[in-house]
Amino acid sequence: MITLQGIYKTYQMGAETVYALRDVDLQIGENEFIAIIGPSGSGKTTMMNILGCLDTPTTGCYELAGEEVSQLDDDQLADVRNRHIGFIYQSFNLLPKLTALQNVELPMIYAGAPAVERRQRAEQALINVGLKERMHHLPTEMSGGQRQRVAIARALVNNPVILLADEPTGNLDTKTGEEIMALFHRLHREGKTIVLVTHEPEISRQARRIITFRDGQIVADQMNEVTS
Amino acid sequence: MIFLESCKMALASLLSNKLRSLLTMLGIIIGVSSVVTMISVGQGAQKSVTSQIGSLGSNVLYVNSGRVAAMPGASQGARGATQLLTMAEYELIRQAKGDLIQDVVPEAGTQSTVQFGKTTTTTTVTGTTADYARVRNFKATSGRFLKEQEVTNRENVAVLGSTVADDLFAGANPLGQKIRVGREAFTVIGVMEAKKSGPQDLGDQIFIPLTTAQKRLTGSNGIKQIIVTAVSAEKMDSAQGQIEKILTRKLGSAEKFTIRNQQDIIETVQSTTETLTLLLAGITGISLLVGGIGIMNIMLVSVTERTREIGIRKALGAKQKHILFQFLVESTTLSSLGGLIGVLVGIGASSLIASLGQWTTSISPASVLISFGFSSLVGVFFGIYPAKRAASLHPIDALRYE
Repeated sequence: MITLQGIYKTYQMGAETVYALRDVDLQIGENEFIAIIGPSGSGKTTMMNILGCLDTPTTGCYELAGEEVSQLDDDQLADVRNRHIGFIYQSFNLLPKLTALQNVELPMIYAGAPAVERRQRAEQALINVGLKERMHHLPTEMSGGQRQRVAIARALVNNPVILLADEPTGNLDTKTGEEIMALFHRLHREGKTIVLVTHEPEISRQARRIITFRDGQIVADQMNEVTS
Repeated sequence: MIFLESCKMALASLLSNKLRSLLTMLGIIIGVSSVVTMISVGQGAQKSVTSQIGSLGSNVLYVNSGRVAAMPGASQGARGATQLLTMAEYELIRQAKGDLIQDVVPEAGTQSTVQFGKTTTTTTVTGTTADYARVRNFKATSGRFLKEQEVTNRENVAVLGSTVADDLFAGANPLGQKIRVGREAFTVIGVMEAKKSGPQDLGDQIFIPLTTAQKRLTGSNGIKQIIVTAVSAEKMDSAQGQIEKILTRKLGSAEKFTIRNQQDIIETVQSTTETLTLLLAGITGISLLVGGIGIMNIMLVSVTERTREIGIRKALGAKQKHILFQFLVESTTLSSLGGLIGVLVGIGASSLIASLGQWTTSISPASVLISFGFSSLVGVFFGIYPAKRAASLHPIDALRYE
């Protein structure tokens, strides 16, 4: 479903060329649950950005859901993100002046869905993450766990092929973090493909496949017998 | 679809920052409202001046001596001119009455103090003949105007302008009363209606027989101005030609007198107000420019403040045009709402001016439409750069922005 081949990402720092990613090959199949780990500066964030079509590789091929996306321009990438990718961030990234419902409606606005359909689907997505009662609240009126649920509902609402989560429990206390992880497990059981980037071993241990980055390269890619 | 959503987003964002939105609009509001007000005052003035001059008759010619400064006041026009016309010229023109020239009325006079009892005022004393009232389309509200006989007999009778009558008699009946003009006593025989000729108040003068004025006041047979009416408006040019011929022959040179008609005067007034209107348009341009820069400034601040929002929207699939449009709608809404409020304030201010003072104001639809349209354009023009900057932000950089 996702195939990356020979991915290089380089930056020019003065006269020096910095390799953020160096010849990365990666395949992600349907319904996988992957954790990407590695020290800071290892290239895992660059990897997420490329996977999420926020950035394009300097060289290499990236095929997402049968579409070659490595050479697309800004607007085409926006379209791919809108249809295929759900983002979940450590800091939630909700728009503070919009209610939970309006936040969840956003991706569908850019997809051009009609208002009535948007509303129904957003309500359904919020019900799915257990926020039926909080739909019309602003993010500032919610707890961290609730905000992250809104973000997850928003990530899911356009039915993407892949969910990308960057330290999704990083801003949450342990108990809330566990609840969010439980939600990820449920989504995985329901057939979603999930890739999450994390520092925390307890989190990465819950994934089925762990990919370790170091110095812009994949140094380990192992299946994980889940204990939970 | 997207258009509508962008408008909603823009309005929501403007409403969430009400004070800032209002302050941003203020530049445009002030610019547009002052223009609408000033143009309405200017146009009102032009209209009333033109109609007043028109009411004096469209077939009237003014003959003055020398080169007269072009203020259209007419009766005082010859002041400052060195050589006065005299009775000789008046008689020559009067003898030419016929196919072309209908009436010939002389004006002689000077400024003088006028006294009744203990009340004194200074006004223009105009010596003229009985035809003056008819030529000027000027009616007496009480009593009557001068008679031919009083001019011939050089009688000491006076007709008061409405302003002078108010000043001296303050509501009492002036008819039959004795007033003092200089050292002479005059009997009041009439009071004229209130009337204006452009900026000049025709009520601020008194009328006495021409002969009396020359003998008792000016002490010469000079005439300030001769008013001539043509038989009809179509005969104006021919009448003017005839007078020119007569006076050139008599005085030896066309330099020694000037003839003006109502049309000339109206044109002078119009060209003055046109210059004024142009000046106002320039001021509008500048104030709208300043307002526009204010909008641009705030939009740039807003783009920076909302970098993260832009990043989030882009991550969720917003294309450049969506972001561009959202910000452009914001700036255009600011400027056109400012323009709209400005128009309303301007209309309010000009009707306030009309009700407070003696001014006539006239709201011109063109000035309203142009200033509103222009203010909307200002929003588009000054909104494009900030909106482009927002639209071209890279999503990764924007998301990372704290």
